Amino acid sequence: MSKILIIAEHDGDTLNPGTAKAVSCAKAITESAGGDIDILVLGDNIADVASQAAAIDGVATVHATSAAHLAAPLAANWAAEIAAAAEGYSHVLAPSSTFGKDVLPRAAALLGVNMVSDIASVDGERSFKRPVYAGNAIAEVSVPDGDTVVATARTASWPAATEGGNATINERPAETEDAGHTRYVGLESGGGDRPDLQTARIVLSGGRAFGSAENFEQLYTVADKLKAGVGASRAAVDAGYVPNDMQVGQTGKIIAPELYMAFGISGAIQHITGIKDAGTIVAVNKDADAPIFEIADIGLVADLFKVLPELEQQLG
Amino acid sequence: MKILVGIKRVVDYNVRVRVRSDGSGVETDGVKMSINPFDEIALEEALRIKEAGNAEEVIVASIGDAACEQQLRTGLAMGADRAIRVDHTGLLQPLSVAKAFLGLAEREEPGLVILGKQAIDDDNNQTGQMLAALWGRPQATFASKIVLDGGSATVTREVDAGLETIAVDLPAVITTDLRLNEPRFVKLPDIMKAKRKPLDVVPIDDLGAKRDELAGHDLAYGSFAPPPKRERGIMVEDTAALVAELKNRGLL
Ligand SMILES: Cc1cc2nc3c(=O)[nH]c(=O)nc-3n(C[C@H](O)[C@H](O)[C@H](O)COP(=O)(O)OP(=O)(O)OC[C@H]3O[C@@H](n4cnc5c(N)ncnc54)[C@H](O)[C@@H]3O)c2cc1C
Repeated sequence: MSKILIIAEHDGDTLNPGTAKAVSCAKAITESAGGDIDILVLGDNIADVASQAAAIDGVATVHATSAAHLAAPLAANWAAEIAAAAEGYSHVLAPSSTFGKDVLPRAAALLGVNMVSDIASVDGERSFKRPVYAGNAIAEVSVPDGDTVVATARTASWPAATEGGNATINERPAETEDAGHTRYVGLESGGGDRPDLQTARIVLSGGRAFGSAENFEQLYTVADKLKAGVGASRAAVDAGYVPNDMQVGQTGKIIAPELYMAFGISGAIQHITGIKDAGTIVAVNKDADAPIFEIADIGLVADLFKVLPELEQQLG
Repeated sequence: MKILVGIKRVVDYNVRVRVRSDGSGVETDGVKMSINPFDEIALEEALRIKEAGNAEEVIVASIGDAACEQQLRTGLAMGADRAIRVDHTGLLQPLSVAKAFLGLAEREEPGLVILGKQAIDDDNNQTGQMLAALWGRPQATFASKIVLDGGSATVTREVDAGLETIAVDLPAVITTDLRLNEPRFVKLPDIMKAKRKPLDVVPIDDLGAKRDELAGHDLAYGSFAPPPKRERGIMVEDTAALVAELKNRGLL
């Protein structure tokens, strides 16, 4: 029997969809082993977030801990609280977002255990598969008996668990205090109101070929017509055409939209890692030998500056 | 202030990695090895902090057998003052690596430890966070900007929602993201100079990394398999054909 605690990711008001994805991973674990799934919501004034978490199907109890020093998800404070709350749980899970990657290893070390990053599939209560070497290999990994399983669930591998749950909400007082050595200063959000890259059904991405931030605007115009999210290669981010939170790839965001359209992206292995689980991949590149065509479901050898206006027109 | 930088010897990022046919791991024989790219960024940042007059010494450290001295020498050639090789054969998991670095931190008392955010072989993204936890010090992961200010550092972090800024008291552990800087090229005379710089070898047991409390906590890695392959699809002639094909597949 497993007893799984999922760490909720949120911005103070809204639960991040990554949380419901981690619930799906947890369901795969309880399916093999039986057990309960609970969620821990940390923050300050988080009643709204707690009720959103309670609405996820399959969740038994939501533990809600409000304290001033937990207002921002500072790893130093959150990991200590997570380690305290993990008492009695066999598993502690979080999404494999930058949030989960920041906070969970710190909690694992406090619990004295190694951690499993990026669970892509579940083989058993303590056995999983995860990608290594930029997704060039899939490794089987298992956690020794007696250790708490601390893991992130690879968000591109798990669908968000649906709503319809009615979990009990338990107000849980904080057991830890402010570490004192880490202060939150602020967040500068890059994205506008376009669909979130990690949940969008369609994503359009641009590469170095765009040449400038102004040229990149053409991609936004088409994306808006399709209600698509917009991503970019590392080269486009490094060149300053777009903010870094748009980078797709091994070291950027790993996404799995139904439709991914890459414009002027060569298809380096680090980029492909980020889109391997996409439903359909479309590549538009003027070089017929670009490696991206080796994995694209639909390829078009053409100049993107010709294709984008045509798309804009034909999409009406 | 001293800055301690971690360097991992990994398969070069340009190599197309292949899983061994018996599933025991990936092919590393005769494959080009390099400094993990994020660690190179970590070292570059440490050198810039020193050059700006905010640190006296930059130490590079790696855990491994004699082979990883090659990467440490490259680090010395880039400009590190001295190197430490923590002697160990075989792979170590992040908790053990973090323990070894804790031992180094206790010995050297650096004001900053800078590590790469992830190694491009195991893609774990854990070691810096674990070290910060064991050391009881702040962490600032995925850094794209570091501003030192007396006893603290203001760090801009690349997170999914954008750029987050936090302030941490020193000593602290910082892990690097791609946009932090662009590492310098090593010049030939510097490679010659690096040969004369100190490179100490410390047995891992001296650092407590294999302390009894770690025994039995390693994850068991089973067999490795290649990922499901995506096959080459179809080519279309023009934009109209592309739109038609997407509509046909119900995607638009
Ligand atoms: C440690 C590390 C981590 C990395 N992480 C990532 C990551 O997460 N994500 C990522 O994307 N990369 C990552 N990279 C970088 C990666 O290796 C590639 O350098 C990068 O993806 C290349 O971006 P690009 O395809 O936009 O540029 P290029 O490789 O320069 O490709 C541009 C393409 O545009 C085509 N083109 C040019 N003009 C036109 C036109 N007018 N119309 C149509 N096509 C045109 C060209 O034929 C070419 O194929 C990483 C690298 C390292 C070392």
